Amino acid sequence: MGYTVIEKIIQRHTQQEVRPGHIVWMILDVRSARDFGGPNVVKNFQKEYGDKPVADRKKTFFTFDLSVPACSLKYADSQQICREFARRKGIKVYDVNEGIGSHVLIERGHAASGSTVVGTDSHMNILGAVGSFGQGMGDVDITFAFKTGKTWFEVPETVKVILKGEFNAPSSAKDLTLFILSKLGTREAALKAVEFYGEPVKELSLAGRITLCSMVTEMAGIVGFVPEANDRFLKEIQDLSGVEYRPLTADPDARYAEEIEIDVSGLTPKAAAPFQPTNVKDVKDLSHVSIDSGFIGSCTNGRTEDMKAAADVLKGRKVKQGVILKIVPATRRVYSEILKQGILDDLFESGAVVSNPGCGGCAEGHIGLTGEGETQISTANRNFAGKQGKGNNYLASPRVVAASCVLGRIASPEDL
Amino acid sequence: MSEFVFKGRLWVLKDDKGNLIEDIDTDQIYHNAYLHITDISEMGRYALGNLEGWKDFPSKAKPGDIIAAGRNFGAGSSRQQAVDCFAALKISLIMAPSFGAIYFRNAVNSGFPVLKCAELEALAEKEHIKTGDRVEIDIRIGKARNTSTGETFQVEPLSSVQRQIYEAGGLFAFAQSMEER
Repeated sequence: MGYTVIEKIIQRHTQQEVRPGHIVWMILDVRSARDFGGPNVVKNFQKEYGDKPVADRKKTFFTFDLSVPACSLKYADSQQICREFARRKGIKVYDVNEGIGSHVLIERGHAASGSTVVGTDSHMNILGAVGSFGQGMGDVDITFAFKTGKTWFEVPETVKVILKGEFNAPSSAKDLTLFILSKLGTREAALKAVEFYGEPVKELSLAGRITLCSMVTEMAGIVGFVPEANDRFLKEIQDLSGVEYRPLTADPDARYAEEIEIDVSGLTPKAAAPFQPTNVKDVKDLSHVSIDSGFIGSCTNGRTEDMKAAADVLKGRKVKQGVILKIVPATRRVYSEILKQGILDDLFESGAVVSNPGCGGCAEGHIGLTGEGETQISTANRNFAGKQGKGNNYLASPRVVAASCVLGRIASPEDL
Repeated sequence: MSEFVFKGRLWVLKDDKGNLIEDIDTDQIYHNAYLHITDISEMGRYALGNLEGWKDFPSKAKPGDIIAAGRNFGAGSSRQQAVDCFAALKISLIMAPSFGAIYFRNAVNSGFPVLKCAELEALAEKEHIKTGDRVEIDIRIGKARNTSTGETFQVEPLSSVQRQIYEAGGLFAFAQSMEER
């Protein structure tokens, strides 16, 4: 019997036999901690292991992306605790200037295809977009990973999702992702790996793959992969990361828990209404919802392509009086690209606030929080009650967020 | 010696319509406003602090209490605090039809018993288990009994790794015992 993608990756990192349900000890290629979780990792490490070294400092990183630069004294302390620990242990810090950790790991070639990567970020499985088994873990797990370079893992079953049909702009990878999320909910892929197949995903760029794979977390899945790739994507990822990309394929006789077909023909712009990411509706059915603010960014939609999609809608237009559009590029590299390509200028001239790179408001960072009674439309991945403040959050694509901010209500670019 | 048989008062996490609450995420369990806290003893007061109808849980919970929750309990973030806040209140265990993957791991690594119970939805719906009932659960064999009503039911016993880590007292202690072997 053959292996699925996740089984192949795990098998390359363990001596034990890999089959769904088996619990194996797995070698980790990269382990990281953020300014969230990081201080707890340091505290655990010092308590449990004292002055002992980490297993391999070249494979261990801190990435600060949550409160960047620190917006409270607590986070200033947290980051400094991590920096000082990192200096003592000789660990590299991607500091508050760099952007979202998972994206930085991709850009710096730390998340090669076929690798295993863990971090204190529940969207670390975003790395599935580049064929890496990324996994978010808590601070106890990460402390153990820092010290030993290993973790225990129960090999998950895999679900095969086959997408049919085609879709066109203004619908995007985010609309596709929300549509899939509405079909799979939090049950179909729960605690399983997902492999996405078919033309609609094969043609996705890196940014689109990141959008799709990031929200496998909201499907309650372990990690998502898009094994099929076109040459354009292969060039894109290799140019960006500087490491060779070896596409990972499942064996023809691999065993799946389930095969699910989804027809995406005629996909229309979507938005997830409060307070669940699975509460997906057609944008045209939400046109009565007026908004106070918009957010473009996050690990789900913070790439240059996302910024350009928004800028193309906003160019020559203004964000409606009384509406605030907040934009946070994912990384310093994205920031540099939008600066040099004139995208930043279009965003700025529309009236948007554009901040330095980072996570934005997802975990009470700087940008994207809501006050009581505020309605925000956001490109992020979660709209749980109270998560980003007491307001209501709708989740949508960069184009839909941009159009909504121009009109002051939830809208598709076609409504402009 | 690790404890394997728990007797305690039950909290069934239902909404105001009387339904077992599903998809309770880690921001509802332990809001991101308190992520900077690293001292476990300070975390208990924030447990379920953002879950509608349950915000006063920390003041009502007593050591040894048992929680029953809806499916996908602990969805969302990787924060360890969402487990540690219950440990701080000395909640003895949590059972649910399913858990968020990261949440489940975090609990296992902390040596905090989390148990899957397939029939929990039906039990809660038929009121065979209610808040305030006293339950007795043997986590080695998964045998559970509502001692207030006499009703018996089954939970998934600890898996081998879960039991090893639990017996050791958490992942760090378990790793220590592996090295000594």
